[in-house]
Amino acid sequence: MTSALVDTLARPALRRRASRTNLTPGSSLALGISVTWFSLLVLIPLAAIVATAAGGGWSTYWATISSGETFAAVRMTVEQAALVTLVNVVMGTLIAWVLVRDRFAGKRLLDIVIDIPFALPTIVAGLVLLGLYGPTSPVGVHWAYTRMAVPLALAFVTLPFVVRTVQPVLGELDHDVEEAAASLGAGRLTILRRIVLPSLLPAITAGAALSFARAIAEYGSLVLLSSNKPFQSEVASVRVMTYIENGSTAAAASVASLLLVVSLVVIVLLDTLSRKAARRG
Amino acid sequence: MSIEVRNLTKTYPSTSGSSEPFVALDDVSLSLPTGQLTALLGPSGGGKSTLLRIIAGLDTATTGSVEIEGVDATSLPPQRRNVGFVFQHYAVFKHMTVAKNVAFGMEIRKRPKAEVRRRTQELLELVHLGQFADRMPSQLSGGQRQRMALARALAVEPSVLLLDEPFGALDAKVRKELRDWLRRLHDEVHVTTVFVTHDQEEAMEVADEIVVVNQGRVEQVGSPDQLYDEPANDFVMGFLGDVTRLGQVRLRPHDIDVAVQPGAAGAHAGVVTRMLRVGFEVRLEVEPDGGGGAVSVVLTRSHAHALDLELGSRVWLTASIGAVTIPAMAAV
Amino acid sequence: MVELNRPLRWAVRLLVLGYVFLLVAWPTLAMVRQAFAGGVGKVTALFGQQEVQHAFLLTGQVAVQAVLINLVFGVTISLLLVRYEFPGKRVLSALIDLPMSVSPVVVGLALLLVYGPRTGWFGPTLEHWGVQIIYSGTGMIMATAFVALPLVVREVVPVLHEIGDDQEQAARSLGANFPQTFWRITLPSIKWAVVYGVVLSLARCLGEFGAVKVVSGNVIGQTQTATLLVESQYHAFAQQSAYAISFVLALVSVACIVVVSLLRPKEGH
Repeated sequence: MTSALVDTLARPALRRRASRTNLTPGSSLALGISVTWFSLLVLIPLAAIVATAAGGGWSTYWATISSGETFAAVRMTVEQAALVTLVNVVMGTLIAWVLVRDRFAGKRLLDIVIDIPFALPTIVAGLVLLGLYGPTSPVGVHWAYTRMAVPLALAFVTLPFVVRTVQPVLGELDHDVEEAAASLGAGRLTILRRIVLPSLLPAITAGAALSFARAIAEYGSLVLLSSNKPFQSEVASVRVMTYIENGSTAAAASVASLLLVVSLVVIVLLDTLSRKAARRG
Repeated sequence: MSIEVRNLTKTYPSTSGSSEPFVALDDVSLSLPTGQLTALLGPSGGGKSTLLRIIAGLDTATTGSVEIEGVDATSLPPQRRNVGFVFQHYAVFKHMTVAKNVAFGMEIRKRPKAEVRRRTQELLELVHLGQFADRMPSQLSGGQRQRMALARALAVEPSVLLLDEPFGALDAKVRKELRDWLRRLHDEVHVTTVFVTHDQEEAMEVADEIVVVNQGRVEQVGSPDQLYDEPANDFVMGFLGDVTRLGQVRLRPHDIDVAVQPGAAGAHAGVVTRMLRVGFEVRLEVEPDGGGGAVSVVLTRSHAHALDLELGSRVWLTASIGAVTIPAMAAV
Repeated sequence: MVELNRPLRWAVRLLVLGYVFLLVAWPTLAMVRQAFAGGVGKVTALFGQQEVQHAFLLTGQVAVQAVLINLVFGVTISLLLVRYEFPGKRVLSALIDLPMSVSPVVVGLALLLVYGPRTGWFGPTLEHWGVQIIYSGTGMIMATAFVALPLVVREVVPVLHEIGDDQEQAARSLGANFPQTFWRITLPSIKWAVVYGVVLSLARCLGEFGAVKVVSGNVIGQTQTATLLVESQYHAFAQQSAYAISFVLALVSVACIVVVSLLRPKEGH
């Protein structure tokens, strides 16, 4: 009687512990080392940014953020990133469509060219764009150091994101569904709007989120291509670099913390999206 | 005893909503003698695979113990239990040739190369894959892959061989062939074997002994004949064949005698409401006069013909002599 | 399947090809032309310079070490995330992706704030022990490892999910212990994913610029990598050599991508 009671009392706790983890001693050690390294490399340094930004108190933080040139830089970064993301949503989806559903000689080449912006070092990306749109442009388009420089660089480095998230989803789309819709009397536009587009929407959103995050964070390709003048063509990352070079790390951390928030929001959004997609099967 | 399972309980944390944990095995005890071919039979999700995986050490029990060949294996990792395990989806090593797959366990045990080569070839002959030694698993059919997996499990000379729904992923014809073949193989090799199945026909045909598992509990243990003739309860009876209700008892539809005239004492009168001919047998549904739900009856085609049965015929039903009957529960 | 009608299909195709050509293909070709504007001889002469050689050597060293670290970390964390259950797994899995969307400049700043020699959280202590991270190779390796961290994980995790753990369980039931199972069963099954992850990481590491710029100090002949050299050459009005160095960097990284995209479909079948 007593032992049975003890048994029932002891069981739930045992169960809970047994059910939440199946780590062996070896894998616990591996997890410990991995998480320590990840913390030393990523988490603690990123926490240092937030701590440093908050270190001076809310008023100092706000003063840094709202100071003329910082505010202008952040505003321009967000505007340009949003604009470029919009372009990517349209062009990226169209490119994915062409890659999956169109057929022509050289499609394979197009597929590889799409990845070039991923592959190129960002500083090289800036130089590449200078080659065609710089002062020595063979076609006489001089966009470097103008208002066009920032969107041009951002469009270049973020090109693959929407394409590469939409492409596989479009490829695996069940053709039967479209045929079923057609058999039910739906026209081409209706099928695109009511069947194809809704199934692509999560992928497009994920691609847009990645593209926006990357655009917000871009630095390397702008170094050579843009004039990086405060109030005119200076983006947030360049502003952070300027602060670092001037030795004002606290101010740099304040702007960086804003960028971090955007990264975090994107990560959470992507996590939610992928879980939703997984649940839908 | 080759395998001795005592008071095994396995619970999983609840997945959706309810705070009650899911009980996969509820205080299961079982002893399986050496050299026997045993089937764990039961519906999907009843806990039979979990039981098998706990015996193999691939899952751990929440409480209880497992003994293999007299050794307490409860906390031994799978690689130290010396069991052979065959998976439903074969679990072939895709990047290795057929011969390498079979040799794997022996190589792990660092057996001499010549012995490994000889024994691999022997085993491949045993499972009729001798000429496929150098193929990759992807070039084999499902049935061949499963035979290779069996040879791989036998290669380590396991003290027990465990098979988890071994033929579940195969089509009906291959399944039947492999079933006969497993029985013959067991008669040759005589290793203590336990296989999981949800197919009662498979269990009845192949096994020496059947353990019926349902909702985490053992419902009955016995030979195929025992289970069929003396089912311990309603569930076992229902799981091993069709059951219908006649008056106050439950029995098999082919254990009902049909007469076209009254006479037999205690006969239930009724009207034939459905008639279906399937191959050599005729299935009837009879609506008893007193109500209480249709009774299913199965008789041979010639018998039905002799009685001149048709829709609307009046019939009198009695349980045949020697029929297995159990009292019908009031709620049913 | 929805087919666009002929004129519309052509319109979409031309729009897409035009956009990609103007944005990526033509500029890339223009860069190559610029790199060889002074002839092949000038390019080869450039790589005779000690400063250039040193920059490329350093880039290679940093990249290879960062890739090795990420390889070990990536495979380990992928196995843990896919094969084990532990509290906080979901958070860890989401955080692993974080470095991809953090600005390289922010990465550099973050490392500076923790490991900076005078004002960093750990920097002064480490310096006391004689360990210098910022303005040294260690800091550059860390910055590079940071930005490329998720690439191996991203390749390996889906493959681990797809192959399931059947083969690993079979190996264990046949008597294999963890190392034997890992080397003989798991690693061969994820081999290609690991190769892709490594190649993509290598491309990313070779080209890292912003983060390295912050933590390296950019000392010519010491901590100046190839990408940093491109910038300084360009600003020093040596545009010809900036283009030439860029060409080599682009060649290597595009080669990485091409290798991956050529291998990948074969693996699919």
